[in-house]
Amino acid sequence: MFYREAGQFKTSYEADQALFPVRQDQIGIVAVLAIAFVAVPVFGSEFFITSIMIPFLVFSLAAIGLNILTGYCGQISIGTGAFMGVGAYSCYKMTTFFPDVNIIVLVLTSGFFSAAIGMIFGLPSLRIKGFYLVVTTLAAQFFLEWCFIRIGWLYNYNDSGAIEVPHREAFGLILTGASAPPVVRYLVVLSIVCVLTMLAVNVIRGRIGRSWMMIRDMDIAAELMGVRPLYAKLSAFAFSSYYCGVAGALMVFFWLGAAEVESFDVNHSFLILFMVIVGGLGSIAGSFMGAAFIWILPVVIRGFPGTFGLDVGAATVEHINFMLIGGLIVFFLIVEPAGLARLWSVGRQKLRVWPFPY
Amino acid sequence: MDLLYDILIDPFVQMFAAPDFLLQVLWEGFVAGTLYALLALGFVLIFKASGVFNFAQGIMVVFAALSLVGLHALGVPAYLALVLALAIMGVLAISVERVVLRHLVNQPDIILFMATIGITYFLIGLGEFVFGGEPKSMITEELGLPTGSTDIEIFGGLLIMQHIDIAAAVIAALLVGGLAFFFSVTRIGRALRAVADDHQAALSVGISLNQIWVIVWFAAGIVALATGIMWGARSDVSFALQIIALKALPVLVLGGFTSVPGAIIGGLIIGFGEKLFEIYWGGLIGGGIESWFAFVIALIFLLFRPQGLFGEKIIERI
Amino acid sequence: MNAHVEAPRAPSRAAGGEVLLRVDDVSLSFGGVKAIRGVSFDILKGEIRAIIGPNGAGKTSMLNVINGFYHPQEGTITFKGSVRSDMRPYEAASQGISRTFQNVALFRGMTTLDNIMSGRSLKMHRNFLWQLLYYGPARQEEIANRRKVEEIIDFLEIPQIRNTPVGRLPYGLQKRVELGRALAMEPELLLLDEPMAGMNLEEKEDMSRFILDVNQYFGTTIALIEHDMGVVMDLSDRVLVLDYGQKIADGTPDEVKADQDVIDAYLGVAH
Repeated sequence: MFYREAGQFKTSYEADQALFPVRQDQIGIVAVLAIAFVAVPVFGSEFFITSIMIPFLVFSLAAIGLNILTGYCGQISIGTGAFMGVGAYSCYKMTTFFPDVNIIVLVLTSGFFSAAIGMIFGLPSLRIKGFYLVVTTLAAQFFLEWCFIRIGWLYNYNDSGAIEVPHREAFGLILTGASAPPVVRYLVVLSIVCVLTMLAVNVIRGRIGRSWMMIRDMDIAAELMGVRPLYAKLSAFAFSSYYCGVAGALMVFFWLGAAEVESFDVNHSFLILFMVIVGGLGSIAGSFMGAAFIWILPVVIRGFPGTFGLDVGAATVEHINFMLIGGLIVFFLIVEPAGLARLWSVGRQKLRVWPFPY
Repeated sequence: MDLLYDILIDPFVQMFAAPDFLLQVLWEGFVAGTLYALLALGFVLIFKASGVFNFAQGIMVVFAALSLVGLHALGVPAYLALVLALAIMGVLAISVERVVLRHLVNQPDIILFMATIGITYFLIGLGEFVFGGEPKSMITEELGLPTGSTDIEIFGGLLIMQHIDIAAAVIAALLVGGLAFFFSVTRIGRALRAVADDHQAALSVGISLNQIWVIVWFAAGIVALATGIMWGARSDVSFALQIIALKALPVLVLGGFTSVPGAIIGGLIIGFGEKLFEIYWGGLIGGGIESWFAFVIALIFLLFRPQGLFGEKIIERI
Repeated sequence: MNAHVEAPRAPSRAAGGEVLLRVDDVSLSFGGVKAIRGVSFDILKGEIRAIIGPNGAGKTSMLNVINGFYHPQEGTITFKGSVRSDMRPYEAASQGISRTFQNVALFRGMTTLDNIMSGRSLKMHRNFLWQLLYYGPARQEEIANRRKVEEIIDFLEIPQIRNTPVGRLPYGLQKRVELGRALAMEPELLLLDEPMAGMNLEEKEDMSRFILDVNQYFGTTIALIEHDMGVVMDLSDRVLVLDYGQKIADGTPDEVKADQDVIDAYLGVAH
């Protein structure tokens, strides 16, 4: 009875097409934002902010990127890690050349390099369909990984082959580098993720998003209705890679503080794919849920033995993590292939009629 | 101008200036090719028989090899360990069918593919938990596989062929021949092909999906064990092999996902291509191209023939 | 539009009308199979043209050629005066040809509303930057097109399934949604591939009513493939009969009904 929509009429198309047409949802989203922007920085511990919230946001952004390509446009991709890397390395090079430019601007710009690379590796999708596309994106993944090692210019010919994030300031605050306070980093990441999420939602509800979904569901029918596969697929690759690139730059500059090739390897591509599967293909909210699930669960598991006073080796915990994630993927695919997002909407449906059964 | 020379002329000059070395490179390519083919064979089996791309084939190879080595380390004699390892793969096949596949009947292929990725991660965790993560060496002599090498004098130089490599080629050929025969001739082979086409239709003519899947995954497990032994004999048994298994994908693209002889052809093309390019052209761009070159070959093939070398041309009906 | 439709068929519309589409000596083969052999016919503006024939005659292939999905090896297609050797899907769509499909080709991941909105793709132009912003010109465009789509939903009497994902709809309703999607393109030539397949009598009457209304009120030229002879004879102005990829008759329903070759083809007399 709390979730009843009775009495909430829509008298215009604008109202009907609003993002949160139900009053309860509007209250909900305001609450979530309030918690995110106010409660977490004030009450959250440093561990919570740096090891849970910031990576959660970064991976959510990457998951949104992959979801756009795979969930909304139906082009399967295992190159997410590499595209994140392109964003990270281009941000690093740009800040090397322009150390005085606001780092936030550079992070947002680095996405465009990812978008360009994404479009290039997306070109084969015009000829190659369905599962075979995995080959293309794997080619991109491994080739770009090779580039990250071989092209010394990318990491300023550093001996270790890794990049280290320099100290950068803006608005009177230290934003990146070893002395950047966690709360500042968190708020920057949170703001960027909020804005980019909003933009993604906008594009998806419009004609471009619709054209992606048409291609996903039946590309032949889409073409016969005037959607040009070239524009639709390449725009999906570009848009998606932009998000992955920004996520990569955020990952290095605002979370890890440093990066090597391993940060962008094929295992990360699979990790983000899992987030999208578990969260729900074709759902922005699902991207957040999947990222939360896949990221936070191992952290909880790692902390589990400690809280209970059990002495289990760190390696063993990792192994159990793998088994658990693998098992959960299978479980989700059996029980609810549409992911957490579907479970959530089913739950809401039940809430609507509660306390009645149907 | 210099660059053009380096790319188009010089490598061939080098090839023919030292023909014995070229032959060695070709031999190495051949060996790598047969090993890739063995890897691909497992994928082909499961895809041919159930329409599923079994991402977990790579980890099955590692798991099978680790079981064998682990059992032997416990003191079990080599041949008994072999039999027990096969039994373990059988148990694995039954478990996968019962826990995973049974519940995913008639789901789209992409869901099944992702389920195999889930199985992969589970097996990685389980394998590391049970066997530990350090690389182990394969019990080659105990299994009766030949060691040592033969040197052939040719073209004024030396061609060194490891016996184990020759054995690998022979075993691969036997497996391929046997499986090709099995699929085309036997009743079970026909049933497998039916299942690959359409689960529901196969069920409706009385084919027991569960039985078929157990048989297929067990067969893939046998191939995985053979592959694990041969790979392990050349380099140690470690979890890195699981990533190398991804290279089966280009092999399958070239050879076709459902063609047993195609796996050999695809494997050989990739094997030769990789080695030749790495040795003669690799120096130009910094080397280490083996991580991605196979995928680029596959990509180029797909651009010209989107259905792969041996795939059927898909005529879309609407 | 809800009135009982018994509109008089105006024969003068067909006779002496201008040619909208002409197919000249088109041949199409797949590998060794010849699906269409040297077929020529035309469709006049404003008429309802039926294409009939036994299974495998090449009817759907013919529609696919007109649409630009298949490319014929020989022959030309003339649409609105311009001659070409084959059509591209984008050209067909932007020039005003839309269609429905034999096996419903709806976008299963989307609702009825979204599916019909997808038919408005060509009418929506606001560029990427406006799409990013959404509020403003992009949203105005969405609302304007939404209005059009709602008119179609009213016309087809399906407001109650507006927000249902189409995968959950029964077959008859899916076909109706597909018609709506084709209508959303505001086509000049509407190709219908077995629009009544699998429908009961009531549903067929509804669908016939819609087809007639579309033809009369919007002036849309319609080409339809149909197996139900009653529907064909009642609805169409002229009928084209195909068998084994060849044209065996072409004329008014009465002429075709009496044609011996047509009777032989349907009764399976060897020829």
